[in-house]
Amino acid sequence: MSELTQITDNGVNVEALLGAREALTEMPEAAQFKWRANCTWVNGTHSTSSIEKYFGLGEEQSHLQQFTFDADHPEIFASQDKGITPVEYMLVGLAGCLTAGIASVAQNRDIQLNSITATLEAGMDIQGILGIDSDVRNGFDGVNVHFKIDADASEEEIAAVVAQSQKRSAVFDIITNPTNVNVEVN
Amino acid sequence: MSAVRSKVCHHSIDTIIIGAGHAGLAASHFLTALAIEHLILERGEVANSWRKERWDSLKLFTPNWQTRLPGYDYSGSDPDGYMNVKEVIGLIESYATSNDAPVQTGTTVTSVKKNPDGYRVKTDRGTWHCKSIIIASGACNLPAIPNLTNDFPTDIQQIPASDYRNPETLQEGGVLIVGASATGLQLAQEIRNSGRQVTIATGEHVRLPRNYRGKDIQWWMEETGLLDEGLKEIDDVNRARKLPSPQLVGSQQHDILDLNALAEMGVKFNGRLMAINNGVAQFSGSLKNLCALADLKMNRLLTAIDAWISESGQEDQFDAPHRFIKTMVDQTPRLGLNLAEENIKTVIWATGFRPDYSWLDVPVLDRKGLIRHEGGIADAPGMYLLGMPFLRRRRSSFIHGIEDDARFVTRHLAKYLLQGEG
Repeated sequence: MSELTQITDNGVNVEALLGAREALTEMPEAAQFKWRANCTWVNGTHSTSSIEKYFGLGEEQSHLQQFTFDADHPEIFASQDKGITPVEYMLVGLAGCLTAGIASVAQNRDIQLNSITATLEAGMDIQGILGIDSDVRNGFDGVNVHFKIDADASEEEIAAVVAQSQKRSAVFDIITNPTNVNVEVN
Repeated sequence: MSAVRSKVCHHSIDTIIIGAGHAGLAASHFLTALAIEHLILERGEVANSWRKERWDSLKLFTPNWQTRLPGYDYSGSDPDGYMNVKEVIGLIESYATSNDAPVQTGTTVTSVKKNPDGYRVKTDRGTWHCKSIIIASGACNLPAIPNLTNDFPTDIQQIPASDYRNPETLQEGGVLIVGASATGLQLAQEIRNSGRQVTIATGEHVRLPRNYRGKDIQWWMEETGLLDEGLKEIDDVNRARKLPSPQLVGSQQHDILDLNALAEMGVKFNGRLMAINNGVAQFSGSLKNLCALADLKMNRLLTAIDAWISESGQEDQFDAPHRFIKTMVDQTPRLGLNLAEENIKTVIWATGFRPDYSWLDVPVLDRKGLIRHEGGIADAPGMYLLGMPFLRRRRSSFIHGIEDDARFVTRHLAKYLLQGEG
């Protein structure tokens, strides 16, 4: 007689992540990463950014291939809409980060996920970027994220996974907290 | 020959205990029972930090029946009440007296160094050589304040919670309290009651109800075995050791003290304080999630209590299960607070404390400046640690937790001394 137990598989290698956590606790210098992007102006408000190399675990690293991204603005901004707007990339980043976090935390808590979808909406008063009203900030006035998650777990367990993923999310932190930005030229 | 030597050697003793608080005195209690010669060195008086570093109205958030020391149970008339600072000092003082504890007060340790057969303990009143040493100098020697103090306008008075005494000693005007631990919330309540505007900057926090199903939450923690959870039973001991104190207050009315209760009194709460920019305090936009996490964790505890009750078949012994209203966070919490416009005149740092080991010249500190130890056995032969949060189990964070910890550590120490002689 053998008992059948479902093995949780969200496609996340939690053992590797926990192993890395342990190793990096002993070697904090290896935990220092640098993320990089290169950007070239194309024309008008259209630019192309490429991403391939980064630094981490004490040495240069590379993605499996170079990824390129077009950023532009839609036609109502008198642009040619060759790519999504830079602020929409923020939503891509936030959604990707939280979703990856949910999958990892769920795996670690032995929760089988069946599906995750998210809709994101960020409000923005463009009087800020147009310089109409200096009391209006340039960026988002708020971000709403709505997850729909089907998992073999209680409502409360799912809520806890989503909360934990926010707590450990880099992009959530970048958006919710101030960051020093240093821009130089030539 | 030996007479000449002993003059050079100063005093020699089996064991030195640093600190005459509840932890040092409990260790002394067990060492006396084990007939191990020892001395407690105390920079000030017995229970010094309770005398010098606590606010006037503070009460313990553990009930009196629970506030016990080894061989010294509470015998007063109000077991369900909570001790005030004077009573805590009285408790520790009479414990020292009744144990006839060998305390040398007014003696500040300036350096502890390894020597071939133990440790050399230098103080401002002489040097001792000991075979073993128990560090019981506490977890809260120095306020842990984020690196933002220089960014505040200079007319704002900044004080660590350990320097706060009462609302009358504050400058006129509003108060920003940084930190949502027991301390942060208790000060917010008292200062708001004095008629001032109070804002709390809320980071990660631990929400607990004072009572649940008719019993004190500490009673449940004790009864269900949660306080006995040890190092092996929890995922992340470093996290457990760093947790802010739970949002509890020891009041006569057994009131609940949480962010909802404070909001009802008119206290505002914002996210974690992240920066001061041109006189504007900036708060993290993660407040809603931190409150959700605290609510979820509280509910997990209540669910565990409910399960314990029904498993032990005592459903009819207690009030019916229920849940507390979730933390009510504004739809769009404020991210900025203009300190001048809002007339903020005082910032109180209720951001926790850290131990001070500046006198410890033994390579036993981790990269965070804390002593490397396993359940109180430090990573240096004959050195022990007591009186730290979650030293060996959840109970360790409270006064009554010292009994098990001190018993274990002194037994280990006794064996260590025997081996040295064998």
